Amino acid sequence: MSTPDPTATAPAADVTSAAGAAAAPPALVFDDVSVVRGGRLVWSEGTFEIPTGSVTAIIGSNGSGKTTMIKVILGLVPTASGRVRVLGHAPGEGPSSGRDDIGYVPQDYTSTAGDAIRARDAVLLGLTGSRWAFSRITREQRERVDQALAAVDATEFANRRVSQLSGGQRQRVAIAQAIVSRPRLVVLDEPLASLDLRNQREIVDLLGRLNKDLGVTILVVAHDLNPLLSVLDGAVYLLDGHAHHAPLSGVVDEDLLSHLYGTRIEVVRTPQGELFMRSV
Amino acid sequence: MRTVDLVTYQDNWWEILTSDFMRNALLGGTIVALAAGLIGYFVIVRNTAFASHALAHIGLPGATGAVLIGIPVSLGLGIFAVGGALVIGALGKKAADREVATGTVLAMATGLGLYFNSLATKSSSTMTNVLFGNLLAITNDQLVVFAIMLVALAAAVALIYRPLLFASVDSEVAEARGVPVRTLSVVFMALLGLVITMAVQVVGTLLLFALVVTPAATGIQLTPRPRRAMAVSAAISLVSVWAGLAFSAMLNLPPSFVVVTIACLVWFVVWLSARASHRAGGAIVGAPTRATAEHPVHA
Ligand SMILES: Nc1ncnc2c1ncn2[C@@H]1O[C@H](COP(=O)(O)OP(=O)(O)O)[C@@H](O)[C@H]1O
Ligand SMILES: [Mg+2]
Repeated sequence: MSTPDPTATAPAADVTSAAGAAAAPPALVFDDVSVVRGGRLVWSEGTFEIPTGSVTAIIGSNGSGKTTMIKVILGLVPTASGRVRVLGHAPGEGPSSGRDDIGYVPQDYTSTAGDAIRARDAVLLGLTGSRWAFSRITREQRERVDQALAAVDATEFANRRVSQLSGGQRQRVAIAQAIVSRPRLVVLDEPLASLDLRNQREIVDLLGRLNKDLGVTILVVAHDLNPLLSVLDGAVYLLDGHAHHAPLSGVVDEDLLSHLYGTRIEVVRTPQGELFMRSV
Repeated sequence: MRTVDLVTYQDNWWEILTSDFMRNALLGGTIVALAAGLIGYFVIVRNTAFASHALAHIGLPGATGAVLIGIPVSLGLGIFAVGGALVIGALGKKAADREVATGTVLAMATGLGLYFNSLATKSSSTMTNVLFGNLLAITNDQLVVFAIMLVALAAAVALIYRPLLFASVDSEVAEARGVPVRTLSVVFMALLGLVITMAVQVVGTLLLFALVVTPAATGIQLTPRPRRAMAVSAAISLVSVWAGLAFSAMLNLPPSFVVVTIACLVWFVVWLSARASHRAGGAIVGAPTRATAEHPVHA
């Protein structure tokens, strides 16, 4: 199936953010999608679009199917019904073989081989890991790796073994590996889990920069929306077995959040105009 | 009371070392050491050390069964080792979690090997050779087969090196990037089966671990760079085989014993010094030297 020039087909998506991107087709289109895993329906009726150039959270309780949604987007889990388009293509199929245009940071990024590889080598795999046949590493590839490491503030520990890094450092290496191929979409599965507040802040700032400076569309699975509020444009929420999308203003809603987390949530606006939510 | 001479010095050792059957042993050992170096790094990175140990045992009934039906021992060994490898590979990436199943199959295979051996009257030397290896029995025909296997292995590793590394280190990300992770797993296991078929003939099923896995573990302790670790591991295997043959000629010891002892000693020394420097607060042995942004260290 051939894909027309993306700029020529722009369906009028309700782009709520990302000014200037209004003409771009959505990064992600879900049309009445449902997923079955192990004989069980995980979620259904997923119909939404995610604008190009936005930062979107995927939220829901444990086991609601957030990781499953990411795997559907990556083409690792098939859908039971419906239609999915990722950057204009079916999941797992892309303009090039190897899908250089999507970066992925999995949940629990714990490389089993952490002892046998340096952080720098792990990042390099994001660039060359899907290429067959032996070849020398080019100067340009080295520079790309150095840039990706610098972008996540990982230059200092780039030559250490992955097994010797802290959780926050590993998370940075995983992000460097995901962005080294200069993807248009980056998907992260709970990147903030098990990080201390300072590391959370720094990773969120980094995602914000990726989005603002390079126009990368970002999808991030999160437990806690608070640390992400400063960069978010909207969220996909998995509620009662269905997948919905809403802009941020729609998601930061006490009733919805209380329903979603199964506990009373209060949304507080500080005098400075910042939002945060807490369980009461 | 009778004293046992643990070692006897043989002053004609140079003659022994330069004889024809020694030449085959040296060549065969060299080929196997190189093959072990190529695959050992991946065995550790992919968490398949136990599976490789099991495969060596699964080869045993193949070897003794071969004697029974009158086909070459190496062929029977190869069919069982590679066949077993393919089954383990097809079972998928959770192979490391299948220790109980693997251990059970291993015991069953060893028992079956013993049974086949008892059926054939002349095969007890085969049994000993397969269990403990016999470098000195390597024939010219075997050398040719070994050489072909090594070339095939090197070509395959060169072709799949990066995707295999990616799939081994970050299988989920690799899969998302279109790397055929499952196929690579089966291909890797088939290659491992080949190396095991060769290595069993050098050090035997019982000692194989020390030639295929231990040098790679040492290499990884010494350097975190994949290709260097492979080179170091091949070098340790080579030195073990060569020095093993030389010492066995000098002191009239079984070659497998000396080969394995050297490989294990090297590992032990590296492990001890890594611990010592770690205790002293220094960097782990072989930890990368500090690189500057201008002069990063690359693999
Ligand atoms: N590999 C799998 N096979 C079968 N079912 C699975 C698999 N992975 C996850 N599931 C099921 O799918 C549901 C959603 O899981 P997941 O997407 O991991 O949830 P979340 O990431 O939101 O915690 C769970 O009920 C889980 O048990
Ligand atoms: Mg999850």
